[in-house]
Amino acid sequence: MESRASPVGVQGAIFCFGVMNVEKENVIIELVGVTNRYNDTVAVDNFNFYVKKGEFVSFLGPSGCGKTTTLRMIAGFEHPTEGKILLNGKDIADLPPYERPVNTVFQKYALFPHLDVYDNVAFGLKLKRIPYETTDRDGNKVTKYRKLTKKEISKKVTEALKIVDLEEFEWRDITTLSGGQQQRIAIARAIVNEPQILLLDEPLGALDLKMRKEMQIELKEMHRKLGITFIYVTHDQEEALTMSDTIVVMKDGQIQQIGTPEDIYNEPKNAFVADFIGESNLYEGTYMGNRKVRFLNHIFDCVDDFPANEKVNVVVRPEDVKFAEVGKGMIDGVLTEKVFKGIHYEYTMMVGRNEVTIQSTRSMETGVPVSVNIAPDLIHIMKKTIVSNVYDDAYIDNDNRVIIAGGAFDCDVTQLVPGSSLDEEGYVIAPDGKKYDFKDADVLVDVSLSDIEIIDNEEDGVVCGKIVSMIYLGNHYQVLIRTEDDEDFVADTEYTWNEFDRVSVRIPAEKIRMTLRGEVSKYVKD
Amino acid sequence: MVKQTTRILARVFVGIMLLIMYAPILLLMVFSFTEAKVIGSWTGFSLDLYPDLFRNTEIVTAVVNTVVVALSSAAVSTVLGTVGAIGIHYSGRRMKTALEGVSQIPIMNAEIVTALSLTILFVYFGVRFNFLTLLIGHVVLTLPFVVLSINPKLQQMDPNIYEAALDLGARPAHALRRIILPEIMPGIFSGFLLSVTLSLDDYIITAFTRDTSFATLSTYVYGVTSKKGTLPPTLRALTTLIFLVALLLLILMNLRGKKREEGTR
Repeated sequence: MESRASPVGVQGAIFCFGVMNVEKENVIIELVGVTNRYNDTVAVDNFNFYVKKGEFVSFLGPSGCGKTTTLRMIAGFEHPTEGKILLNGKDIADLPPYERPVNTVFQKYALFPHLDVYDNVAFGLKLKRIPYETTDRDGNKVTKYRKLTKKEISKKVTEALKIVDLEEFEWRDITTLSGGQQQRIAIARAIVNEPQILLLDEPLGALDLKMRKEMQIELKEMHRKLGITFIYVTHDQEEALTMSDTIVVMKDGQIQQIGTPEDIYNEPKNAFVADFIGESNLYEGTYMGNRKVRFLNHIFDCVDDFPANEKVNVVVRPEDVKFAEVGKGMIDGVLTEKVFKGIHYEYTMMVGRNEVTIQSTRSMETGVPVSVNIAPDLIHIMKKTIVSNVYDDAYIDNDNRVIIAGGAFDCDVTQLVPGSSLDEEGYVIAPDGKKYDFKDADVLVDVSLSDIEIIDNEEDGVVCGKIVSMIYLGNHYQVLIRTEDDEDFVADTEYTWNEFDRVSVRIPAEKIRMTLRGEVSKYVKD
Repeated sequence: MVKQTTRILARVFVGIMLLIMYAPILLLMVFSFTEAKVIGSWTGFSLDLYPDLFRNTEIVTAVVNTVVVALSSAAVSTVLGTVGAIGIHYSGRRMKTALEGVSQIPIMNAEIVTALSLTILFVYFGVRFNFLTLLIGHVVLTLPFVVLSINPKLQQMDPNIYEAALDLGARPAHALRRIILPEIMPGIFSGFLLSVTLSLDDYIITAFTRDTSFATLSTYVYGVTSKKGTLPPTLRALTTLIFLVALLLLILMNLRGKKREEGTR
């Protein structure tokens, strides 16, 4: 795929996407700066992307990432707080759903239970007005609108039911159909209207695995035959990889990456995408310069280019780790686990304290030393997303504690004046005898990821929050804790936590690094 | 052995309960077939009370009045209640909880309070008591019950079907008529029936909001008994008939419910 989105600004882990003005004539729908806010929560934050005619696009992400909200804005059930939705170049952001040439397949089908199959499928057709040309009394040609005839409706319904393989079901009651059959009727009800875009909101979520796999293939086939643009919402990465031409990976209301399934799998933009799409080994490493990267205590050749000595995240897919002759590979370790997966075995190899997941068709013994190789082009290096926790709105309270994210943390205020000490009244005394009062002083706080302690008891820490994400980085987890005020703490920890766990956070006083904002002379006490 | 005794005891208990519940009605029914002036003295079997009932124009007018009030107030309540329930259902979360609570307070409220406040309201605005004030009174009485019986149907409904209708090109009014209303129809129907029954036997609100020359069954019966101090014999026939009509309605409703259950299976 040609580059459809280019980063225009990078702030930490946040990527913004601008759209290049290429092949615009082929674009069917475009989102420009679309933001959806509900009270104070931002469901969708500044989305910019376009979909080409006839494309199969998937919105992929965990729950709460904004994918369904985006779909509902395209359908017209929700309106963007800011931004434009252009359908064939025209802004439709304020058009009601019944005037949009798009149709939706809902997650729980949303069939009309009091109507039979035929009337469900014919519902949209009965409301449709089609233009026709006629001559008025003065002999001028005018365009008028008429309803579809019963015959036309019946023909279209039969065709739609044939597409979903339920020809004989016209007069059946909806309640007598199985889940899979209801799903097909929901699809027929949408496609019978010949929409320009078909929106599918996790349509296979309620089906069992085997049925889901079958329907994936059928949907793809339908997409090919009908030539309609499909926009598909899913949290199942495998489903997205199998079916899509283009995948939009989302998280926390932000687009993480747009690309073909191959792009997204082979060249993930950041650790989240790498972890979310497929299985992967994720490590923290250092780029040594000259196409060499160091991780797992080994310097590997690689093909990516980064500034020398930059901290990076490294992704290696389990199937790209190859067994070598013992002692002659790049890294040595011990196999600790072996699981038969049908097509291949999945091994866990320990390299020091780091885990490496390996998928191989070779059967190996566990508990014995092994060596493995990783080819340079299969080592994918990404910019490390978060290096430390920085809070630029912290301040000191009157007990010499620092307020971070609404919590009062004990800290060492003497670090604000080199060589100083505290007197018994709590003032900072400099070596030259000057007295400082740092009450209400604004400070910039920096805390390393490894210095944040997570405590499962909410009362024991200083600030409470919810674990919103967890990524395994070879030998430890990187956990993102979000407080109710939407402040984030990112912590490196050896322990497993669960997403959505409520935890509290503690930081040892000596680990809080502070820089005073503004002149120190402002705080001199006479 | 112990088990058997408890089973027998349980049956006896249920029997006594039913007897207490139905004895008064049974007594009335039995004595509706005799012309005796007072209950207790049996002066021989007779069906005369029934034709007497229909020859009494006062009673016939009261019956007609009662039915007219019941049907018209139930109709008004059903329309208002349906619109209201749908409105509440599609309100924002906070608004919804508030409205649901407020709309159900009248159910808990003592009827005498409602009746008195209505009277005061009408007097305050100088409205003369007439059929309309009575109708308003009965609508106030029955409206919350209509909302109460429609609300669960709305909650059971697939939340997406309204959106699905819009998505397929239906304007909101069309979606409401063709999709929402058929879905909640059983609730609307039972709300209507509930309104009718509540209105039929209402005394307090009727007594306070009616024009005094306008008698319903309840005010007529109360008037007659309080004036003469005794129960006119024809009333025994009347109450028997009312009870039988109610019984018939109940059986019909149950049969309908059963049929629907079988239909969905």
